Amino acid sequence: MPFQIEILWTDFLIFVLMGSILAFGVYTLRHEHLRVPWRQVARRPLAMASLVILCAYVVIGLMDSIHYRPLQDRQNSGEPVYSNVELSLLDKVAMPLRARTEKTYSAPFAMQAYTKETVEYPDGRHAREYPRLLYGGAHLKNEAERGGDIASRAGTATLAGLGFWLLLVGGFLLIRQKREETLAQAAGRLMRGEGDIPWRTVLITVGILIMLATNAGYLSLTYHIFGTDQAGQDVFYKSLKSIRTGLVIGTLTTLVMLPFAALFGIMAGYFRGWVDDVIQYVYTTLSSIPGVLLIAAAILSLQLYIETNPESFTSTTQRADTRLLFLCLILGVTSWTSLCRLLRGETLKLREVDFIQAARALGASHATVMARHILPNVMHIILITVVLDFSGLVLAEAVLAYVGVGVDPTMNSWGNMIVSARLEMAREPIVWWSLTAAFVFMFALVLAANLFSDAVRDAFDPRLRK
Amino acid sequence: MIGYIIRRVTYAIPILIGVNLLTFVLFFFVNSPDDMARLHLGVKRVTPEAIVKWKEDRGYDKPLLYHGSKPGMEKLTDTIFVRHSLKLFVFDFGRSDQGRDIGYDISQRMWPSLAIALPIFIVGIFVQITFAMLLAFFRGSYLDTSGVVLCVAMMSISSLFYVIGGQYLLSLLLRLWPISGYDVGWDAIKFLVLPIIVGVISGIGASTRLYRTFFLEEINKDYVRTARAKGLSELRVLFRHVLKNAMIPILTGVVVVIPLLFTGSLILESFFSIPGLGSYTIDAIHSQDFAIVRAMVFLGSVLYIVGLILTDITYTLVDPRVRFE
Repeated sequence: MPFQIEILWTDFLIFVLMGSILAFGVYTLRHEHLRVPWRQVARRPLAMASLVILCAYVVIGLMDSIHYRPLQDRQNSGEPVYSNVELSLLDKVAMPLRARTEKTYSAPFAMQAYTKETVEYPDGRHAREYPRLLYGGAHLKNEAERGGDIASRAGTATLAGLGFWLLLVGGFLLIRQKREETLAQAAGRLMRGEGDIPWRTVLITVGILIMLATNAGYLSLTYHIFGTDQAGQDVFYKSLKSIRTGLVIGTLTTLVMLPFAALFGIMAGYFRGWVDDVIQYVYTTLSSIPGVLLIAAAILSLQLYIETNPESFTSTTQRADTRLLFLCLILGVTSWTSLCRLLRGETLKLREVDFIQAARALGASHATVMARHILPNVMHIILITVVLDFSGLVLAEAVLAYVGVGVDPTMNSWGNMIVSARLEMAREPIVWWSLTAAFVFMFALVLAANLFSDAVRDAFDPRLRK
Repeated sequence: MIGYIIRRVTYAIPILIGVNLLTFVLFFFVNSPDDMARLHLGVKRVTPEAIVKWKEDRGYDKPLLYHGSKPGMEKLTDTIFVRHSLKLFVFDFGRSDQGRDIGYDISQRMWPSLAIALPIFIVGIFVQITFAMLLAFFRGSYLDTSGVVLCVAMMSISSLFYVIGGQYLLSLLLRLWPISGYDVGWDAIKFLVLPIIVGVISGIGASTRLYRTFFLEEINKDYVRTARAKGLSELRVLFRHVLKNAMIPILTGVVVVIPLLFTGSLILESFFSIPGLGSYTIDAIHSQDFAIVRAMVFLGSVLYIVGLILTDITYTLVDPRVRFE
């Protein structure tokens, strides 16, 4: 085989998560009372546009979660030897970006480096000047050609994106076309925005995304569209790689804390008495410790463990992955308490309701009552908390990176980008592109998540339902 | 009332014991003192003697929980647990791993922290409530909708960007205030303005949106309709009736953070080089000074619990419907 599949811990959990989301989706489709609020979410144009953006992030994140080790060479016995560098599917797709590193900083779309260097000419002359970049705009003869080249490439990419999008819209119309309707009528129906689901908004968002993607993809073949960082790495590539880190922290944290929060919250509310006292004590204690400090203490411990046991990790990717997973765990520990408290309160109310009393009278065991009768009735609280927490966790990653207890410094993350960019602000001329790239990618994800979670909360919270 | 407060304070004691045990486990069981010494002296090429000396200097050479070779009560008291963990209860923080007196450092650094945290808190609440009332007054209009969208957008920006953006825009470009630093006495003001502005702005989004929902909840109640029916103007209704009742959830929500104002803000202080407790904590984390982190964890928990007790008391004070049990 030309490669060896490598499953990191977080990869495994991500696929578990995808599986459970799919299972939840199927379950929802089969139950009318769950379909209704989702349909309400689907009717909101802003929510659907956000969903499209979130999906784009998720696709990139998933591509970055399939890891493999490429074949390095074969031994004499024919036994294959694999590289000890893990690559992901995203690395494979973005190989041109990954491989083309410059010497140091360069501005977006630049042809020349950021700093002056002594260049030696073939005739023996020396001069201090900005050297040409190895890859950025390397196909051009001089600076004057650059503007025209960028415009023509952007034009080509936009046209290609437009064509692709039109094909997509055409396909969509063919599927949606009613039997007695012509294609033009179906298109008119779409353009007027008729129907329950705002397909018009969805398709426009998809179109904008496609156009952005084709432009970014095509231009980054010959330029560094977000510049390069201090080590000469392409900032656009780094931003793409950071997507996975952000998503993992936003989702896996809730995945690991959810079972505990649900179990303890429901148990505390259902059994009351000493069970309630113990659980309340545990979560009050945990929540009274300032979150950042608890995380710092735990991460410092882990760092110590990694440094004293270097033999347990075969590669830097694995070490970074362990730290990422541990960060999710400890973030989960600090964030399960609020959900637990909410669930306890709701269960306290529910246990007195007639149908629970009836289930008990009919001889259902405590476990059955909790799993079959109480859990489905607090599901909306869990769902709302999960989607509301996501954006906060993505933002927290940046702060933790700044404090020095975030993900591994070798791992690509927006937090690490911001932290290293902070010192670059003092340079002259100012190195603004790393920061801008991190800002744009992070802002788009968090804003989309916030808008989407608002819609979910409005649809599922019975107090807000009209 | 006094009985209620006493009861609440006694409830806090087992929680603090829990916090204390947890930090003890985290800092002494998960990482043995040997590990800590190795981390500070460099993982490789460290002699056992150096480790022993490092531990002796800091009092980490004692057994964790039980000192068998000592007579009488000292079997229990001459241990790391009593000397380094239990002493936190009387606010005896001991010395940092670098040998400085943590208690003294905290008492010195508390005031700069307070100097930026308190204005941010007060100005912040004032601004947030003003904006929230404005949105509630124009509810349902374009101003309201765009205001809410703006709030969501502001919530979606990492606090780091507010700091970096503020420093760049107001300090580097417009040269209004120094980019960072601190001074004693009244000279400190010119250093404080920028962090306070940044702190207030970064807090606007989330709170304004939350307070707007508090206002809207009250606005739909019967007593507001009555007030309107008797001919009060909308402004008067908003200020005299709605504001008072919406203040209940707002007040009870913010009281919990008041004691924590002493510990300052991690990010603001370290970005603006203000010698407060926030930057103290960050420096300790960066230099892996476990003694300081331990002290700050305990202090933070104590202040949080004080905040919770204050919250319960304010509940009973601002809302006469809530009675002491």
